[in-house]
Amino acid sequence: MADKVLMKGNEALAEAAIQAGCRHYFGYPITPQTEVAAYMAKRMPKIGGCFLQAESEIAAINMVYGVASAGKRVMTSSSSPGISLKEEGISYLAGADLPAFIVNVQRGGPGLGGIQPSQSDYFQSTRGGGHGDYHIIVLAPSSVQEMADLTVKGFDLADEYRMPAMVLADGTMGQMMEPVTMGNYQPKTVEKPWAVTGTKMQRPHNIVNSLYLNPEELERTNFERYARYAVIEQKEAMYESFLMEDADICVTAFGIAARVSRNAVLAARAEGFKVGLLRPITLWPFPKAPFAEAADRVSAFISVELSMGQMIEDVELATRCKRPVYLCNRTGGMIPSPEQVLAKIKEIAGGLK
Amino acid sequence: MSDSLTHRRVTLFAGHYGSGKTNIAVNWALALRKSGAPVTIVDLDIVNPYFRTKDSKADLDAAGVALISSPYANSNVDFPALPQEIYGAVERHDRLAVLDIGGDDRGALALGRYAPYILEENDFEMLFVANCFRPLTRTPQETLEVLREIEAAGGIPFTGIVNNSNLGNDTTAEDILAAQDYAAELCALCKLPLRLNTVKETLMPQLTGRVPNLFPLRLQAKYYE
Repeated sequence: MADKVLMKGNEALAEAAIQAGCRHYFGYPITPQTEVAAYMAKRMPKIGGCFLQAESEIAAINMVYGVASAGKRVMTSSSSPGISLKEEGISYLAGADLPAFIVNVQRGGPGLGGIQPSQSDYFQSTRGGGHGDYHIIVLAPSSVQEMADLTVKGFDLADEYRMPAMVLADGTMGQMMEPVTMGNYQPKTVEKPWAVTGTKMQRPHNIVNSLYLNPEELERTNFERYARYAVIEQKEAMYESFLMEDADICVTAFGIAARVSRNAVLAARAEGFKVGLLRPITLWPFPKAPFAEAADRVSAFISVELSMGQMIEDVELATRCKRPVYLCNRTGGMIPSPEQVLAKIKEIAGGLK
Repeated sequence: MSDSLTHRRVTLFAGHYGSGKTNIAVNWALALRKSGAPVTIVDLDIVNPYFRTKDSKADLDAAGVALISSPYANSNVDFPALPQEIYGAVERHDRLAVLDIGGDDRGALALGRYAPYILEENDFEMLFVANCFRPLTRTPQETLEVLREIEAAGGIPFTGIVNNSNLGNDTTAEDILAAQDYAAELCALCKLPLRLNTVKETLMPQLTGRVPNLFPLRLQAKYYE
């Protein structure tokens, strides 16, 4: 089945996870990601998979730890407050070098916040999220098609690098409907000789653990893990560049903010402003190279975010603060309009003249 | 307006979530209003927190269509509450009423408390909105399953099918034509008439005369498209 269907972002993500070979889903309902769980509840029993609504987010993430230890593709999904609850388990997954797929369909915060869309968990996800020295791979879809495609990618990367991977979406991405094409995925098969699957008396025990009794060994493990992170930063950064060739101002945004920004860039171009868009697709690893390169050519950056300004710090780091980076934002469940972004572009362009 | 606009006092739209009920309900209410009758549209959705009837409030207000909707729609309160005014819309027989029911059987549960009044008055059309491009209603057989679940939950039997097969803004006339077999087979399976073929208004010139009971939809512009 490779023809087009009309899907919600949450449904497309769930279906893609199934097509990526995931047969284990553990979660706990929370708006605005509930359709992921609802879809899994309907589909998993029909394909011999396991859907389990856990008693809490903490239980769900530890069930993920269990299945990941056994070497199977496994996922959980939630929204901001639920992800905070799962962060302890995510740190344990990272500490035990376990692949797992996690979805955060963000809503406004902090605290219980609200149910409307947000991107304010950028810091949380790109800096690891839980305690300790670690990263997770963070993928930021900007369409329903990407909700599906980056899910398959997330499972592949998690297996390849033995670490958690997250799709960081927002409420709109989860709820909006667009045509998608699926069915042509070829998920990677990664050998997992470390999995805890029973020795059959033919090999030594495998141990999955994040506790180290000897600090030298823990330090060595952390250094080794960061060497692996360096490879990921080299090889796996993804971004989209739009009308950047002759741009004098670089707008940057991910997810739904990139959709709004793209419209604003087109409107600004129609009025003669030389503006382009850099859209990070991986948030960790952050695509530093195109930003460093752009910093030599453009006069200013504008970071468009559904937060008080979080990605802006990575833009400043990647550009070594060579050029000013301005913030254009809404927060608390509100979304910047194309008009707001266009006005910011004009304001900055006017100041440059 | 065409024959498709003949109507009963109460029109109800139900179906699988994401099948297009809200859009159709809003367009239907606006079309009824154009004929001069007083119209009330009721948002009975207790499931979906985003993309609500309330999003069309400006258009409805401008046309003079009364809107009854949860005060919590589009807010941060994820609360399946229904305003008491809904009883007024159901019981006042001097106004037309359009009811936008929530998705699936879970959404249709809310209809249960109003069903006795609607059945007693017996001047309604209960329409099932179907889209064969949605993942869980791709075949007439799957769709019938959803239809029966909704009927059982809502307590009102369906009287007709609305074929709203579409791929959003990407929909072509060919997609609509290709979906006619699906619609015909669904109607035969559940022994109900094909009440409407709803299509975005820009496709009307290509489809007029080729597809029965056409009803044009003005789609809401979204900031991210």
